[in-house]
Amino acid sequence: MSTAAPAVAMRGIRKRFGAVQANDSVDLTVAAGTVHGIVGENGAGKSTLMSVLYGLIQPEAGTIQIDGTPVQVRHSRDAMRHGVGMVHQHFMLVDTFSALDNIVLGAEPDWRLPVARAAARRRLEALMRDSGLQVRLDLPVEDLPVGERQRLEILKALYRGARILILDEPTAVLTPQETDQLFVTLRQLRARGTTILLITHKLKEIMALTDAVTVMRAGRVVLDCATADTSTDALAQAMVGRRVQLGRADAAAPRPSGAPLLQASGLAWRDSLGVARLADVSLTLRAGEIVGIAGVSGNGQSELLDALSGLLVPDAGTLQIASRTFTVARWLDPATARALAVAHVPEDRHRRGLVLPFAAWESGVLGYHTLPRYGRRGWMQQGAMLADTVQMMERYDVRPRNPQVASGQFSGGNQQKLVLAREAMPQPQVLLVGQPTRGVDIGAIEFIHGRLRAMRDAGGAILVVSSELDEIFALADRVLVMTGGRITGEMPIESCTEAGVGCLMGDATPSGIGPVMPALAAT
Amino acid sequence: MDEIAVGTLIASTLRVSTPLILCALAGCLSERSGVIDLGLEGKMLLTAFTAGAAAAVFGSLTLALLLAIAVGVALSMLHGYACVSHRGDQVVMGMAITMTAAGLTVVLGIAWFHQGGQTPPLPDAVRLAPWFAGIAHALRDAWAPIAVLAIGLLGHNGMVYVALLLVPAVWWLLARTRFGLRLRAAGENPAMVDAAGLSVQRLRYTALGLNGALCALAGSYLVLAQNPSFIPHMTAGRGYMALAAMIFGKWQPVGALWACLLFGFLDAAAIRLQGQPLPWVGAVPVQAIQALPYVLTVVLLAGFIGRARAPKALGVPYAKAH
Amino acid sequence: MTGSSQPLPRWFDLGVLPVFNLALALLVCGVVVLVIGMDPGQVLALLIKGAFGSRIGVSYTLYYATTFVFTGLAVAVAFHGGLFNIGGEGQAMLGGIGTALVALWLADSWPAWIVLPLMVFAAAAFGMAWAAVPAALQAWRGSHVVITTIMFNFIASALLSWLLLNVLKEPGNMTVESKSFGPGAHVPAAHEVFAAIGIEWPRSPLNACVLLAALAAIVVYLLVWRSRPGYTLRAVGFAPEAARYAGIRPRAQVMFSMALSGALAGLVGINEVAGVHGRLLLDYVVGAGFAGIAVSLIGRNHPVGIVLASLLFGALYQGGSELAFEIQGFSRDMVFTLQGLIVLFSGAMAQVAAPTLARLYFAFAGRRALAHG
Repeated sequence: MSTAAPAVAMRGIRKRFGAVQANDSVDLTVAAGTVHGIVGENGAGKSTLMSVLYGLIQPEAGTIQIDGTPVQVRHSRDAMRHGVGMVHQHFMLVDTFSALDNIVLGAEPDWRLPVARAAARRRLEALMRDSGLQVRLDLPVEDLPVGERQRLEILKALYRGARILILDEPTAVLTPQETDQLFVTLRQLRARGTTILLITHKLKEIMALTDAVTVMRAGRVVLDCATADTSTDALAQAMVGRRVQLGRADAAAPRPSGAPLLQASGLAWRDSLGVARLADVSLTLRAGEIVGIAGVSGNGQSELLDALSGLLVPDAGTLQIASRTFTVARWLDPATARALAVAHVPEDRHRRGLVLPFAAWESGVLGYHTLPRYGRRGWMQQGAMLADTVQMMERYDVRPRNPQVASGQFSGGNQQKLVLAREAMPQPQVLLVGQPTRGVDIGAIEFIHGRLRAMRDAGGAILVVSSELDEIFALADRVLVMTGGRITGEMPIESCTEAGVGCLMGDATPSGIGPVMPALAAT
Repeated sequence: MDEIAVGTLIASTLRVSTPLILCALAGCLSERSGVIDLGLEGKMLLTAFTAGAAAAVFGSLTLALLLAIAVGVALSMLHGYACVSHRGDQVVMGMAITMTAAGLTVVLGIAWFHQGGQTPPLPDAVRLAPWFAGIAHALRDAWAPIAVLAIGLLGHNGMVYVALLLVPAVWWLLARTRFGLRLRAAGENPAMVDAAGLSVQRLRYTALGLNGALCALAGSYLVLAQNPSFIPHMTAGRGYMALAAMIFGKWQPVGALWACLLFGFLDAAAIRLQGQPLPWVGAVPVQAIQALPYVLTVVLLAGFIGRARAPKALGVPYAKAH
Repeated sequence: MTGSSQPLPRWFDLGVLPVFNLALALLVCGVVVLVIGMDPGQVLALLIKGAFGSRIGVSYTLYYATTFVFTGLAVAVAFHGGLFNIGGEGQAMLGGIGTALVALWLADSWPAWIVLPLMVFAAAAFGMAWAAVPAALQAWRGSHVVITTIMFNFIASALLSWLLLNVLKEPGNMTVESKSFGPGAHVPAAHEVFAAIGIEWPRSPLNACVLLAALAAIVVYLLVWRSRPGYTLRAVGFAPEAARYAGIRPRAQVMFSMALSGALAGLVGINEVAGVHGRLLLDYVVGAGFAGIAVSLIGRNHPVGIVLASLLFGALYQGGSELAFEIQGFSRDMVFTLQGLIVLFSGAMAQVAAPTLARLYFAFAGRRALAHG
């Protein structure tokens, strides 16, 4: 280990967003010329920390040193000047421009474009030879596959003199082959002396690629060591934490399996970039159980919820609800889903669950506005709608109790309770819930969890997607883990250990864990 | 072939197309940077009035042009202030400028010149003079194609040639300069431009400034070349036709040029074709020809004759994330 | 919407802000009046007198307001569905064409109680059809409805021109208009109605369509805020993703909002073509579509606001006409200027003043709370 100044030294970084302490006195030291991994679940604070380093966010306290020199990073311009480059999860590219133009924008060596392009091309060709990155410079970006676009982003940063490269979840959009190719590239860059900061939740990548790793949880650093000195289990444990007692009061006896209410098999879907967001997903929801889907968000959970509720038509797969079967040719739509007693509490309550300018009673019938009791022949029975909303507000303790208040004026917790009331009170057979307590205060969290359990006890089937492992452990009878669009693990709650689930979430093979899906045995 | 008739048709086309070309170029610059511009009509009208009034009062062609440009740029800056700095609705702003200009030009015209809204007729000395008129006349009796070209292309006033030259100039600006690259990026992915350390606002304001100047040239042309004075509502929807041409030309300067020439040709030919039976179609009513530019634009927008892809960030006010 | 975290109270948002914007527009207009050497106070006084100072003035004001109610409602309905309908001009033209076609076909041989309702229906249907095409292109082909409706305005103008010159013009007649409608197409004029109940009322273009306008405002209110189609319309306009989540089909809503919008704009035809002129002519729309945009913006897209704003604009148009008589050199175009300024301040620049006003409000409200606390 050299005694040279570390490439990056961040000390005492504090950043708060509203009530959440995203970074709580975080220290980070990255040795020059190494690949340093930063691991954590959603909300652990890793993206915030890197945004501070790159100048996108200003911390309330803390210092940054680059190559031993204290620096002020107020804007990404400053970061770039000090040699820091960032490759975001969502690429910042102009699709209709060529790769060359995208790289050169803002750093053109001449005001005349042909001259600038020629000069840039010379430099880039040398850079590509040096680093091993291959990008076809003259094609429009929209014609490039995702892996090549990512290399383009890396090249963009290198062109601007980045010696410290931050990569935010780079493999989220890559196929396994592209991932391997990326690793080759990163190793080559490291050999050239570039320092690489890899934000990821995939433990396999950490073990395969990094020299050192920092684990963050709830805004703090919980583990910081050389990769050689640790293991996936240890990382998983640190990532997930020794928190929740797995023995729940009500998990005493294993429940008998109820009748299957919803069966999905072989769901697959590719997004507009061609990335497979769902790959061969199958699951069954039975009466009287809560199934929790754990996993860092972005691994297909949202797409799965959308497919099951009729908002997304997959490329392949079937869905069976009650006696009806849906195929890709004639997929479910939200209205039909409701008619079949499948309710959906969406992940994004602001954009989907409510119409913010509507009054509470108008949002209270969203999706159910076509019911006969709410009106016949086009006329709306406002009285019935108001009465029902008042009842919802009473049962679910939504405050203020006034149904005329605009939906956008309620606090997050009350909004969520309203949406849950609307979806749960008609006693659906299946309830799909996305992030039930995101942005919700403690009191409301307990209330919502209680209601979900009550629904389960009454014989409903509930699917909960949550990026909070606490919540999954607190609610679920059966836990599924999704990574990369697949279900990579399934186990009853009794068999769950933090390390086991953490490993699965980190897309690594857990050692010594309870029953796992047979397909994983081959990995 | 009747050289005079064909040549005159070409000449008419160019004359009619000139204000369209200038406005369409203005629209290209603004919209490629991401700002919708429905105020082309109003800017052309108000600058036409300015040119006519200034020329009548000061008797100077240069001053008339400069004042018109000042007014055009001022209107575009107002558009920028409301829409770029304050994220106001760009469509509504364009309508507001057009509606206000329509009323204001007449009000001021009546008040200042007492001729029912018209500005006084301008003497030739103050108006744009024809160029190469002597050569045009001399070549009239030459070999047929030369005669046609001479009559069609020579003898126009300076603004026609300026407009034609501005097409490659604006193309060059957008496609071959650093500024053009950045401007186009601002219209496609302003977040990326911001992240690269550039000012989206400054790029859009610059585009709007150029837009205002070009609209002013179009307006000046109407009064200093085409008509001898300003007449109320003299733009007669040409600003919208320029908008249609810009869209039909897919937001490219050269494409817009062809579209303007096409629309100009239809306008020039409409009267001539009235009553004349065309092959296959029979007698086409003049109104059908008048409506054709708009129908073609709708057909293009509906995707039936190729795709018209607007700049991705067009019409979306940009707000910095942090 | 303001940028502050706390929302403004409804009365401020719906009451104070429009008045403030109107005041700004009037102020700028006053400056223009000064620039052209007149006295704003005198102009304003004459304007008010011209609009409300006599029975005939009031009649004209109401007659203008009728047209503006139709186009204002049209813009508002589309707005609630999340779309900007600038095609009111063209849709109004088509409405007039529909009215005229029915009238010319039936009015000579059939009585009014059969012909008039058919004319109303035709006006709405033609306007609806003219808006439906851009709507369908938006819903199915993604063509931007703002551009297509502008194009359709020009196409409508060409269509009207052709129809009048080639089909409907009376041979031997120099003016460009159709033949007069027969007795079956006669819309009762205000002075006739008053005469029937023994009150003497001066002749004016005011006719029974003013009642139709009032009815339209009520129907739009009920439809948009009290009916299920209105609920789904507003849901799509406010939150398209939530609407999809709720099982509402966005395409159907686009068609519905534009169709209704076009139908309302088409009703201008009944007022102008049938109620006033009794025959089809070239220029009966005269900017009513654009006035409708101004009316809707300052009326906050609500029927009550639109009715009030229409009365305001009707007064401006009538007062403006009177001013053109009284003051030499004054023309109606001052009203058009004011109209543009109103669109400027309440539409485009609404974002400029709103945060400052909000801050003033909260500062003031805060101080009062302290004083009373």
